Amino acid sequence: MSAHAALAGVSRVYPGGDGRAPLHALGPIDLALRPGEFFAVVGPSGCGKSTLLEVLAGLAPASEGTVTFEGSPVAGAVPEGVGVVFQEDASFPWANVYDNVAFGLQGSGLDRSEIDARVRSALAFMGLRDFASAYPAQLSGGMRQRVCIARTLVLKPRLILLDEPFGALDAQTRLLMGDEVLRLWRETGATVLLITHALDEAAMLADRVGVMSARPGRFIDVVETGWPRERDSRLAERPDFGALVARLWSSLRVESIKALGHT
Amino acid sequence: MTRVGWLRLGIIGGAIGLLEILCRAGAIKKVTMVPPSDMVLALGQLLAKGELLDDIGRTLSSVAIAGAIAVAGGILLGIGLHALPRFRRAVEPMLASWYAVPFFIFYPLLVGIFGLSDAPIIVVAVLFAIVAMIVNTLNGLDRVTPVLRKVARVHRLNAPDTVRRILLPAIAPHLLTGFKLATAYSFIGVIASEFILSTSGLGFAIAHAYNNFETRKMYALMLLIIVLVTAINTALFMWEQRLLRRRFNR
Ligand SMILES: Nc1ncnc2c1ncn2[C@@H]1O[C@H](COP(=O)(O)OP(=O)(O)OP(=O)(O)O)[C@@H](O)[C@H]1O
Ligand SMILES: [Mg+2]
Repeated sequence: MSAHAALAGVSRVYPGGDGRAPLHALGPIDLALRPGEFFAVVGPSGCGKSTLLEVLAGLAPASEGTVTFEGSPVAGAVPEGVGVVFQEDASFPWANVYDNVAFGLQGSGLDRSEIDARVRSALAFMGLRDFASAYPAQLSGGMRQRVCIARTLVLKPRLILLDEPFGALDAQTRLLMGDEVLRLWRETGATVLLITHALDEAAMLADRVGVMSARPGRFIDVVETGWPRERDSRLAERPDFGALVARLWSSLRVESIKALGHT
Repeated sequence: MTRVGWLRLGIIGGAIGLLEILCRAGAIKKVTMVPPSDMVLALGQLLAKGELLDDIGRTLSSVAIAGAIAVAGGILLGIGLHALPRFRRAVEPMLASWYAVPFFIFYPLLVGIFGLSDAPIIVVAVLFAIVAMIVNTLNGLDRVTPVLRKVARVHRLNAPDTVRRILLPAIAPHLLTGFKLATAYSFIGVIASEFILSTSGLGFAIAHAYNNFETRKMYALMLLIIVLVTAINTALFMWEQRLLRRRFNR
């Protein structure tokens, strides 16, 4: 089966200028996302995870190598069918939750009732039904991220890229949000790439976990979890879950130390 | 109302009351100033007679035209300058020192070009107001978080839609600040120009009343302008508060 989205020999160097040296942030890296799989990326802080996501989404150019989505090269623009939820809060403070979520559908030529139906179902899916007329300032950080996920969902993306969407949440809430992401993945049938710094989260959610090295980030390990498609946070109670997290940690430990500068 | 609000009202009321007493007691001569209560009365009579309506209409329409040009032009120029960083760096010092130039010195020149019509008045007011709008637009655009531009690209918006659907709403608080300033500067530009050299408008009417020793009428007109400007500013302020409350949950 051919890859849904792929990076081949991709690296990214942020150009210098104004007295700054160019910065080699990523790669060279290869990645082939299988259609419909859930792939998680873990790696030490600053190793180039967000850079990887931007290159894959077509938001940033690869300095070397090629990026493809559904068989076509990605260059200079985000392809139709790719949805992104960013690490930073990207909700629109000027619009209420409903209008935030409807954003991508307004002016798309869909009729009002279809837009309304999609927005209502995304709001219900993300547990935001009672907050349709609230403004982001009245919501918690986790709820704002859910607004951003809902805004992506209404567009029915076939590839969903999530950059530490729950990074600001406490560990328990994060695991429960993980259940929602799993539900989203199963019900949409989309291919999902999730970036996270939490090893347990990656181990619980993903079919495969890619472990990245310190910057410039490369995959030093890609682990098949072998979980069934029907799964949830109760996985964390299983003994083989602990073993998986331990394996991820042993790969990551040295790199995390490097990233801290204690070489 | 808050205690500070009452205090503020008290200060203003006290000042007006003091003026009233000083005028009534003869400490301020009648040719210099009429008592505030008489200003209100005089204004009421002027408005009732209807002779002012032309001047009010003339001034307000000049302010509206100048304000609209300054706001729309300021936003467009602001967006353009933001998109051309090198050009922006070249002109930024001029924008920063813009208000050091007393524009009214160009008024005779403009009258020479446009004749004694509304055009030179509007040009002065636009020159005066537009830079406040440009500067505030630039300020806002500088503070747009990069992630919002990425969201625009993920939604595959073209440049005009990115501006209309993301950038302008994102910088709305800055645009409102610019809008308030541009409105105030348009008023100043129009009325001061009318004052110097014009045959109609509120500024002209004040100058005319002054030259003809119509003290009562002059103060009535001044009161009218203050009431107008205060009303417009209050409306803008309330709009701004509503917007900020929603956005920052205050
Ligand atoms: N626009 C940019 N210009 C220059 N350097 C950048 C830019 N964006 C990121 N970098 C640098 O590239 C490296 C990788 O950044 P990136 O944001 O991809 O890391 P990350 O793995 O997502 O980090 P985190 O875990 O903190 O989110 C970092 O050293 C960062 O400082
Ligand atoms: Mg990141």
